[in-house]
Formats: sequence, structure tokens, C-alpha cells
Amino acid sequence: MSALDPTTVPRERGRLYWLLADCGNLVRRGLLHYQRQPVNIAWQLGFPILSVLLYGYVFGSAMKVPGGGDYQDFLMPGMFVMTMAFGFINTATLVVHDSTKGVIDRFRSMPMASSAVVAGRGVTDLLAACAELAIMMLTAMAMGWRPDGGWGFLGAFGLLLWLRFALIWIGVWLGLLVPNPEAAGGLFAVAFPLTMISSIFVAPQLMPDWLGWVAAWNPISSTAAAARELFGTPVGGGDSWIERHALLMAVGWPVILTAVFLPLAVRRFQRLSR
Amino acid sequence: MSDGHAVRAEGLEKRYGGKPALDGFDLAVREGTVHGLLGPNGAGKTTAVRILSTLVKLDGGRAEVAGLDVARRPREVRARIGLTGQYAAVDEVLTGRQNLEMFGRLFHLGGRRARARAVELLDRFDLTAAADLGVGKYSGGMRRRLDLAASMILAPSVLFLDEPTTGLDPRSRGEVWDSVRALVAGGTTVLLTTQYLEEADRLASRITVIDQGRSIADDTPDGLKDLVGGDRVEVVVAERAELPRVVKVVARVCEGEPETDEEALRVHAPVTDRVAALTEVARTLQDEGVAVEDIGLRRPSLDDVFLRLTGHRTGARTTEKEAAAA
Repeated sequence: MSALDPTTVPRERGRLYWLLADCGNLVRRGLLHYQRQPVNIAWQLGFPILSVLLYGYVFGSAMKVPGGGDYQDFLMPGMFVMTMAFGFINTATLVVHDSTKGVIDRFRSMPMASSAVVAGRGVTDLLAACAELAIMMLTAMAMGWRPDGGWGFLGAFGLLLWLRFALIWIGVWLGLLVPNPEAAGGLFAVAFPLTMISSIFVAPQLMPDWLGWVAAWNPISSTAAAARELFGTPVGGGDSWIERHALLMAVGWPVILTAVFLPLAVRRFQRLSR
Repeated sequence: MSDGHAVRAEGLEKRYGGKPALDGFDLAVREGTVHGLLGPNGAGKTTAVRILSTLVKLDGGRAEVAGLDVARRPREVRARIGLTGQYAAVDEVLTGRQNLEMFGRLFHLGGRRARARAVELLDRFDLTAAADLGVGKYSGGMRRRLDLAASMILAPSVLFLDEPTTGLDPRSRGEVWDSVRALVAGGTTVLLTTQYLEEADRLASRITVIDQGRSIADDTPDGLKDLVGGDRVEVVVAERAELPRVVKVVARVCEGEPETDEEALRVHAPVTDRVAALTEVARTLQDEGVAVEDIGLRRPSLDDVFLRLTGHRTGARTTEKEAAAA
């Protein structure tokens, strides 16, 4: 073997440049994962498509919307929110894999920006969320769903991503908290009731009073109601304060979630060096 | 304080939940050598490596790697080290080439140089044929070689090898050893942690023995062996009843007190006049008609060293068995 190559000296650039470059490289890694495991794309996109089809056709015929209105107009935005909400499980699973297999330690032992490890995860997951939303909306349209809010469409898309953004931090935090990938799978059992007790499938006012109250204050309910509004199909809304301020809270809840869980995730990440 | 040392640690302390993992640990590794850090599970080897490679903060003491204080200048240290072993892994989904390119980019080489470096390293570590195969399909030995290659992207001055061959079959182990020797020939300093005594003996020119978070010995492999005395004559018999007669013969011929291992049906004693003593013991036993299974000269193993230093066995035996069973 020849002597070690001395030409491999890193280039000089600013700190921010390298943070962005490192983040970009980790996003690239995330996308390569999808390319190398196409079956994961099928799983990740197949679940939303299946949900739209199943709930749309199975529930669609039997469900009522308070105050009249088409259940499809009520359900579809809810389905989009549900997929965003379940996204934190994906984030957590990928993080726990990297941390238990030692990939995160490898990154931390390198002269790269360590915050890029978390940032890269977040950007990758948001890109995946865009793909999920696009494919769900196309499926919904194929089933006859017609949003008629004009440009509000983009606003709804943005709010859905905004929710997903906030959930990244919960995912990273949990991914660093749970001991192994198997435990991350168990998160689904927690997430499922949390999405059911919301305005995703059923309007809170049709639930028992106390449950309806909890459902209305569920952060994802605000995003669902705001999305319905922005899609131009504001069906099934209620009269309580939280339900009348859906748009405000669809912006506000993710701010609160981020304010709580971003510091927790960062602290957990820093605790790796303890 | 570097003075020809690539790694220097003084009085390192680290506690986990009040329990000391490192308790005044000292280490000095000369530039361009392989230094073994030998100790049983839980002795503090991994904690020491994690501190020296900036992954974990130290609670006390002071450490320099490549002349840089690890607590004060972690980022610069990271640009000069490689870390590989049980805790620093490669990406199992990506191919070998994609891994090396990704790490090259993250070492800030830029795309073009990262690609070129990947090709070079794949060739150097004999992975070219498997370059575009997912790492999940690699054998244990191939994965460790890729791991080594990923640590070599910037040609580090210090490479930490944390139990690099744990769980590998003998052939893969040999492959990894060859790679390590080649790296050192290229000028890299290697700190090798291992619980395999044979591994430290084969690769390291100097060994620090660690137990309960402290260095309890620091010497050459031969120096450590001399610690427990020189060569020994060893006789193994077929029947337990023969043992007393063998002890008598060995005691008469050899200078030191013979020791008996009842279970292994073995008697051994230190000798200075090696071959003469061996011949004399063999001849006397034959004259007295003792049925001998095996007879020979034996250098003390590092296992003996450990027993002598700490009063307990290394525990490496069971771990090796577990690894083989897994």
C-alpha cells in the first residue's frame, strides 16, 4: 500500500456554508435510501393511498357531517392531516436506527456540523411529506374530491407541512429516547388513538361532550379544520372558540409544539456526549 | 506535551450515575505505533476511546490527541482522527461506494474529490468488486474493511479501532489485521482496544492494561510476559493418578515451584535453561514409565499476565464463546 494521500485536505469555507452543505449531503443520503429501497416508497405512499380509498369508500357512505355537507369534503383534509401526524413515527424510526447502529456517532466523530444531522433528517422528511401529500391529493381527486378554494389550496398544503415540521422534533426527540427500533414501532399504538380523538374522521360535536372537547383541542384538529376552510369546503366546523379559530391555531399549535420539542430534541442530542 | 506522542491522557475521569467508568486513567501512545488497550468488558476501554474521539465529555483529567486538547478543540481533533469499531458504523442501506462518497463529502472534500477518494479507498481495501453492492449484503470482514476505509478518508494521524474484530470469524479477523498493519506502515498511529489477548499480542508494539477504569500496566507484549516469569515447561498426562509423579519429576529438574492444573491434567513450572530442562524432564518421565500425553515449552500468554496483574481472569474467553455462538 502506498503512503497516505496528502491531497485530501478540506477546503476552507464559512461555518454556515458547511452547515448547509452537510445538511444537503444528509438529505442526499436520505433520498438515496429511498432509491435503494423502493419498497419503502411503496409502503410510505401506499399507506396514505390505501387510507384514502378505504376510509373514503367504507366510511364515506355511512358518515354524517353536522350541518350538512359532503363527508368526502370533511374526510379528505382529515386524511391528509392523519398522514402528516403519523409522520413523526417515520422520523423517530429513522433516528433510532441511526443512533443504535452507531451512524450518528460516526457523524459526531467527524469535523462536520453536528446540527446538520438533525437538520438533514428534518428536510428529508419534509420532502417525503410533500410527495405523500401530492399523491394523496391526486388519489382523492380521482375519487371525485374537488377542492374549490383557488389559491387557498396552497395555503392548506403549507399548513399541513407546517404541522409535519413541528412533528419532526417530536420524532427526533422520541428517536433518541427509545432504546431500539422495535420500541419505535410501538409508537403507532400511541399515535393511533391520538389521531382518532380529533376532528379527522368525525366532527367533535357528534362525540360525547367531554370527548368532543378533547378532540376539538387536539392540535391536529385545528390543522384539519383550517385545511377544510382553505380548500373551500368548510364543513363540519363547531362553535367553540378553538373551532372558530382554526386558521390561527393551525399556525399556532405547531409553533407551540416546536417551542416545546425542539429544545427537548436538541438537549437529548447534546446528552449523547454525556 | 505531545513530545512524540500521538495520544496522551492524564488522570482521565468519567462517572456514569455516580459509578466511575474511568478513575484516573493514564495513557501515552507514541506516534506511528499500534498501541493496544487491553481489558475485560466494562473495564473502561470504550469510555476511554469515546472521550479521546470527542464523542463524550470528560469529568476530570486531561487528554490530547494529535497535540490538541480534546475538551477545548474537539472540532480540530475530529479533523485528525478516524474512529471505527463497534460503535461507529457505516450506512447499511447504501452501497460501499455511496458510503465512502457520502463520508468524503461530509469531510468536505467536494463531490469530485470525494468520488475519486472513494475509488482509491475501495481499491486499497480490496472492495472494488463489491463497490456497488448494498453494505447489508457484505460479510462481517468486508464491513469492517469498509469501516476502516471510511475512517481513512482524510488520512487521519490517529485511528481509534474499538474492538475491530469482535464477532468476526478467524479469516475475516486476519483480513482486518492485515489492513491495520498496512495503515501503520502508511504512518498512522493506531489505538486498538480489544479483549482478545492474541490480537493485542499480534498487532501492538505496546500494551496498556486497563481494569476498573485505571491503567494497571503499560509495557511491551514481551515485557508483560516477563512480568509473570519466563518460559515454562508444561507436561500433560492422560490419567489423573500420574499427576503426583510428574510433579515430583518436574520439581527435581526445574528451578521454580511446579503448579498443577488438576482439571487439564497439566503440570507446569518456570525454567531458565529451556531446552536442557525440557529434555531432562522428558527423559526422566520416560525412564519412570509415566504415560505422557503432551510435553513442551510454553511462553506465558497475556491471559496469564492479566491473572497476575488483577487476580482475576479476563472474561474474554466467555465473550469469545458467545461471539462464536451468535
